[in-house]
Amino acid sequence: MKERNDRWLLALSALSAVMILIALYLALVGAPDADLQSETGRYAQRIIYFHIATAWVGFLSFFVTFVAGLGYLRAQERKWDIVALSSAEIGTVFMLGVLISGSIWAKPAWGVWWVWDERLTISLVQFLVYVGYLMLRTSVQDPARRARFAAVYGVVAFISVPINFIAIRLWRTQHPLMFGSSGGGLGPNMMAAFFFCLVTFTLWYVTLMWYRIRLECSRDDVEQLKQEIMG
Amino acid sequence: MMGYLRKMGAIVWKDIVAELRTKEMFSAMFVFAVLVIVVFNFAFDLRVSGERVRQVAPGALWVAFVFSGILGLNRAFVSEKDQGCLEGLLLAPVDHTAIYFGKMISTVIFMLVVEALMLPIFTAFFGVNLFDLRLMLVIFLGTLGFAGVGTILSAMTAQTRAREVLLPILLLPVVAPVLIAAVKATAGILDGLVMSDIARWLQLLVAFDLIFPATAFMTFDYVVKE
Repeated sequence: MKERNDRWLLALSALSAVMILIALYLALVGAPDADLQSETGRYAQRIIYFHIATAWVGFLSFFVTFVAGLGYLRAQERKWDIVALSSAEIGTVFMLGVLISGSIWAKPAWGVWWVWDERLTISLVQFLVYVGYLMLRTSVQDPARRARFAAVYGVVAFISVPINFIAIRLWRTQHPLMFGSSGGGLGPNMMAAFFFCLVTFTLWYVTLMWYRIRLECSRDDVEQLKQEIMG
Repeated sequence: MMGYLRKMGAIVWKDIVAELRTKEMFSAMFVFAVLVIVVFNFAFDLRVSGERVRQVAPGALWVAFVFSGILGLNRAFVSEKDQGCLEGLLLAPVDHTAIYFGKMISTVIFMLVVEALMLPIFTAFFGVNLFDLRLMLVIFLGTLGFAGVGTILSAMTAQTRAREVLLPILLLPVVAPVLIAAVKATAGILDGLVMSDIARWLQLLVAFDLIFPATAFMTFDYVVKE
């Protein structure tokens, strides 16, 4: 059983690798140039294919952590906690990726590395929530209690995300609107590349989740073996 | 229902009596809030003066409230835990959520008392008049939202290894909307805007004040159960 699973995982890894290569090609070469005046702007905008896909995974991960947290509170089973933890860890990395790739784009586009714009702010807050979530986990020794606390914090923090979003939106915005009805946004060919990247990153997320969950399960196995040997 | 309210009231009363005897938490919160204002005066002294004080006043006010609030929230459960009282409280034949609401109300009361004392001090130091009924409403709603999330997170962090250190890290990202709305509404009032201009911020605060106690009501059991 285990070996067959491994074969699936290998196939999935290979598929994500190939798709990432295609996505890279589409984002850097395949997609048409944006209708922008400055040369730097035309190059810089190509980052959005990966930037938005990264942000999507960053927020999706937290949704998964939230759902797994609810699952844990209902059933109190270890598997839910493993999913929540794995997703939060992956989400943290992706969220950091969003902040960094966003800054790289902001410099040529806006002339500064950072502005307190709505989406930047919400991404930063989300990243800090992830950090808090992971710090909370390391600060509780007892596994059952750790899982419970993490689940509760996951739920509370997830509920704050939309409220945060509304608050920050009312507060300020200057992000380019990607899917506005009036002008701007992405042309049809760009749209294809964009959605391909979105699918690729989602698949990549699934692959990473699989590896991370497997790692946590192995860790549990090792722990159990240790217990058996010791006593 | 009446029984539930009475039990909740008993917890609030217990906290107030304990606090009146020691004045430990209250004095720390108050002095700290004053110190935050003093630090702000040092930090912005040369940059901001005269009319421009008005621009930093709402932020300085809420930073003082939030920081002293965190100090109070930390004590809310840590003091129970240290004396071994939390177990006693949990063994009492009350619904655990009554403990949450009791603790939340006593935190709100402590914070409001500190804030009430801060208003004249702030008015004197910053030279802006804060005595406005609408501002009282904003302060009340903001404090309620802050304590609503803070109480459940404080119950959690009191039982972790990092304790005091962890609470602000967990709390601040979650209460960001309260901070934004409260500061915006306060600024609007100081700038003399009419009620309809700050109404959306008040709505946001009210929504927050309803959603989080409800969430805590659903999840508090998991935080305190062994």
